[in-house]
Amino acid sequence: MSEYYKPLPKPSPTSRPFWEAARRHELTIQRCGACREYVYYPRPRCPKCFSDKLAWERVSGRGKVYSYTVVRRASSRAFADAPYVLAIVELAEGPRMTTNIVAPPESVRVEMPVQVFFDDVTPDHTLVKFKPA
Amino acid sequence: MSLKGKAAAIGIGELKPFKEPGDLTALGQMARVSAEAIADAGLEKKDIDGFLVGVPFSDPGMIYPASAAEVLGLDLRMLNQVDIGGASGAGMIWRAAAAIDAGMCSAVLCLVADLNKAGDQRPPVVSVQREFEAPYGNIGANCGYAMIAHRHMHEYGTTARQMAKVAVDQRTNALKNPLATFNDKPLTIDEVLNSRMIVDPLHLFEIVSPVSGGAAIIVASPEVAKRAKHPPVWLLGAGEAANHSTITYAPSITTSPIKPAAENAFKMAGLQPKDMDFVCPYDCYTITVIVTLEDAGFCKKGQGGPFVAEHDLTYAGDFPCNTHGGQLSFGQPGLAGGMSHVTEGIRQLMGRGGGRQVKDAALGYVNGNGGIMSEQVSLVLERRS
Repeated sequence: MSEYYKPLPKPSPTSRPFWEAARRHELTIQRCGACREYVYYPRPRCPKCFSDKLAWERVSGRGKVYSYTVVRRASSRAFADAPYVLAIVELAEGPRMTTNIVAPPESVRVEMPVQVFFDDVTPDHTLVKFKPA
Repeated sequence: MSLKGKAAAIGIGELKPFKEPGDLTALGQMARVSAEAIADAGLEKKDIDGFLVGVPFSDPGMIYPASAAEVLGLDLRMLNQVDIGGASGAGMIWRAAAAIDAGMCSAVLCLVADLNKAGDQRPPVVSVQREFEAPYGNIGANCGYAMIAHRHMHEYGTTARQMAKVAVDQRTNALKNPLATFNDKPLTIDEVLNSRMIVDPLHLFEIVSPVSGGAAIIVASPEVAKRAKHPPVWLLGAGEAANHSTITYAPSITTSPIKPAAENAFKMAGLQPKDMDFVCPYDCYTITVIVTLEDAGFCKKGQGGPFVAEHDLTYAGDFPCNTHGGQLSFGQPGLAGGMSHVTEGIRQLMGRGGGRQVKDAALGYVNGNGGIMSEQVSLVLERRS
């Protein structure tokens, strides 16, 4: 097993269900029981109406590239293996996520449809990434 | 409450940015620019009774203001840290004015300095950014601005040549600024577009260079301003706004909180964008200037690209913009990068612009921008004739 040297998420009590679902290869995000807003990233209260009635809901994993960049020279040595595609994906349910698009960099476009996939980067950590739909 | 005409900037100190800090300290640079600013104002150190300071990345610590004040030997009635990223310099100006207007103090030293040391030095970020950004390589500011630029190009048809024009005109300004880091030769659009692609669509010459340096500004009450050596530069309007930290979670990535910040600044001043004789918008990247000019109301939303292409942004042009060269040519000495837009606005209005003086400059717009178009502070400044 090769050593994984990039930053890894350290789940908090608020976010643990999100990362546990990712390890099961499921995309679940919070939804507000009061105003019905979908919420990402996980919050202690709904950022829209401030209700604490947040519940976890499995979502489609479909979305589109809201914007992206091809990082050719990274600001951190951990990403010296650049280029990589960093993107903001807008989920079909509404919220936006910071993620990677795993595709040839030159093929990525704004508004391109994408589908979630789960990258098991270590035995204990799964990152939520996207590929062309 | 309006702060219109309640306080004035009366003195500035600013270092020429430098690359190699050697064994210098951030506190040492703070002392240098403080002494310079206090002398420039025509005051003595004992006249300073208010202190606003930014914490340097190179020497961070808790309870910073009192420690820095102790090093400088200040005796204070008001002290605080301002932590709104690149907007800190502009943010200090109206915080100082508010403190003066509230009777807390009468002469405020606004101070930032930092050293850029080689290596993988990133400012510390809070837990949610370590958790949801860093694992995907969203580290530092480049990525966020690149994604703003791509979306702006998609929504409005902004072009790479339009963005590059910002860096080119600002370089022309820098050639007349002895303090600028890059002031030895002009720049062309093709040179910008042929420089190395760092984060698509932004090229190397569209991205600020981290350097070492510092700046200080003295903000004073009308009473203290009577003793000033140079013409006081009055704060006419100020506005501040923020609605996100990481750009992914902003309500819009192409329309920034500059909109409400600038609206409030112009409203307080009782003026409009067209009344300004020059502008000093924060320019960590070329796209930042385009978005700022749109959101502050100097052109219609989405027209920032054609606007910078069609106007001459040099000190002698029809729309003088970042007459010091902007940070793109001045360099970014930590928080003093953002402060450079404020010091330049003050210099122009004091008539101390030297070879880059804007003729008859009486009103200027300054914007400070923190993080990824996050914290925004807009100022309207005036020289009274």
